[in-house]
Amino acid sequence: MPAGADCICPRWFCMWTALRIVGFAVSDAVASSSGGTSIGDRVFAVLTRAAGLFVLVLLGAIIVSLFIGGLPAFKHFGLGFIFETDWDPVQENYGALVPVYGTLITSVIALLVAVPLAFGCAFFLTELAPNWLRAPLGTAIELLAAVPSIIYGMWGFFIIVPLMGDYVQPFLIDNLGDLPGIGFLFQGPAFGTGIFTSAFILAVMILPFIAATMRDVFLTVPSMFKESAYGLGCTTWEVVRSIVLPYTRASVIGGIMLGLGRALGETMAVTFVIGNTNRISTSLFGPGNTIASIVALEFPEAPGGSLKLSSLLALGFLLFVISFIVLAISRMLLGTKGQK
Amino acid sequence: MSATTTTSLSMQKSTKIAESLSKRRARINLIAKALCFLATGIAVVLLLAILGTLLYLGGSGIHWSVFTNITKPPGSGGGLLNAIVGSLIQTVLGVLIGTPVGLLVGTFLAEYARTSWLGNVVRFVSDVLLSAPSILIGLFIYQLLVAPFGGFSGIAGVAALAVIVIPIVVRTTEDMLTLIPTALREAAVALGAPKWKAIVLICYRAALNGIATGVLLAIARVAGETAPLLFTSLGNLNWSTALNEPMSSLPVTIYQYAGSPFEDWVQLAWVGALLITFGVLFINILARVVLRQRG
Repeated sequence: MPAGADCICPRWFCMWTALRIVGFAVSDAVASSSGGTSIGDRVFAVLTRAAGLFVLVLLGAIIVSLFIGGLPAFKHFGLGFIFETDWDPVQENYGALVPVYGTLITSVIALLVAVPLAFGCAFFLTELAPNWLRAPLGTAIELLAAVPSIIYGMWGFFIIVPLMGDYVQPFLIDNLGDLPGIGFLFQGPAFGTGIFTSAFILAVMILPFIAATMRDVFLTVPSMFKESAYGLGCTTWEVVRSIVLPYTRASVIGGIMLGLGRALGETMAVTFVIGNTNRISTSLFGPGNTIASIVALEFPEAPGGSLKLSSLLALGFLLFVISFIVLAISRMLLGTKGQK
Repeated sequence: MSATTTTSLSMQKSTKIAESLSKRRARINLIAKALCFLATGIAVVLLLAILGTLLYLGGSGIHWSVFTNITKPPGSGGGLLNAIVGSLIQTVLGVLIGTPVGLLVGTFLAEYARTSWLGNVVRFVSDVLLSAPSILIGLFIYQLLVAPFGGFSGIAGVAALAVIVIPIVVRTTEDMLTLIPTALREAAVALGAPKWKAIVLICYRAALNGIATGVLLAIARVAGETAPLLFTSLGNLNWSTALNEPMSSLPVTIYQYAGSPFEDWVQLAWVGALLITFGVLFINILARVVLRQRG
């Protein structure tokens, strides 16, 4: 109605009045319902709201289904389930401590390796790299964050495990194994598989992910701040240390926690190389299990309705609780999008 | 006289301190830069090593029989046809089911509940789902669709992938709708369009590229998912497109074959890994190109 809108001719006025009367006649409720004036509006509003609620139900259903599935195990073993180290299918005695320990230790070591490297990459990409290199290198890192985790697992199994077993682990055992204090971490036979290798694969996997997140938050620092610091004579490193990092501290930690969340629940990258042994070994080179790997490996041998299946589901519930806490913290630190 | 000497002496001293300090700062700066350069180098080498391994070990096994034969016992020249078809079916159906739901949730967050508490809760939960371990989604669908109905099925696999798709589409849809200027919506409403029409006909169209990017990213993500399929569609070494039976998929076949002691199976696993990685990378690049076309 571009032409008619300019002049208020009687025809438009009549139609407008008629529409208003029809509008009132249809329903008072429709007119007053949050600006909605048509059936279509109400249907669409209800539909989107239902979809939003569906997401809540989905999360609730995941928690409840894992809990119900794990209930027989929780009932049978009580709270001791979490602190029991045994995983004995013959005696039907199952405990969660070994996989929980494996999950936490592999993820923490992975973070220790990946975070400094990721920080270096992000620093390089935002401050040091020449402009023509930034976009392609950044895209490459983002693309590698998209590589399916099974690829990392396979690569680890066929390439890294032999390297670790033949060169890296014997070297570390010979040189660090006799050190007082930390020597026990580097002792035992060099299988190639185990906690250390799993942590390394996880580190390689979450490295591009954390680097991409860090780069994004580093880019949010207003260039005015950085330029001011440079103007005062700061070196590049001092700008990053005293301006960029303090400004982005919460988001950087949030990004790291997001990477931790990924490492905690990672299945395929770990399952290939963890060694599948239900024992806590003091050496980092010893085999172990994570929650995700034990679920993936033992599931085929757990018939429906068995105590073993229930124990695996209970482990799944524990993993969910752990990752939910980590993810919740990370979201709080990163800040939800809506509040921007 | 003696006062001036002290001053000049102390000035000399402070110049010396300043010089050594600036040298120290320059040295630290250099070391930090070198370490960052090294870190980037290590990352790039690691990542090139992965792609190189895939190309080297997978590329040598690519042959027509991979695409024309189904999986066969070791030593009889099998291919990956059923795995590829199974992956395509489950990915396409999962995305088809998950996308509309994700689209509606994203619309709800951007258009109806941008600041309400319900919106914030839904946004938070969706973000948690986005990063939740995928193996748990597999266990959830196992509890919901496999255990009660007494069998692994393609449907269960589709459902698990759909659950993974939803939060990805939600995230991009909301982000893209939020970017659309309010003036566009006001213009539509001023012309007499009801809100739903303004959203569907104006906002969706303006955000089309962004939404398409989200869907492409979702495809790339679920195409490589292994863990949730282990407990849902299980994998199937025979030819089967029936949705109510166990269904083969590329990642699960890779998982089974890579762990086997047979050389030709391991070789096929590498070929599968090559196919899936470059497929996923291709879709990711496509998504970037689509996104860049806006405006």
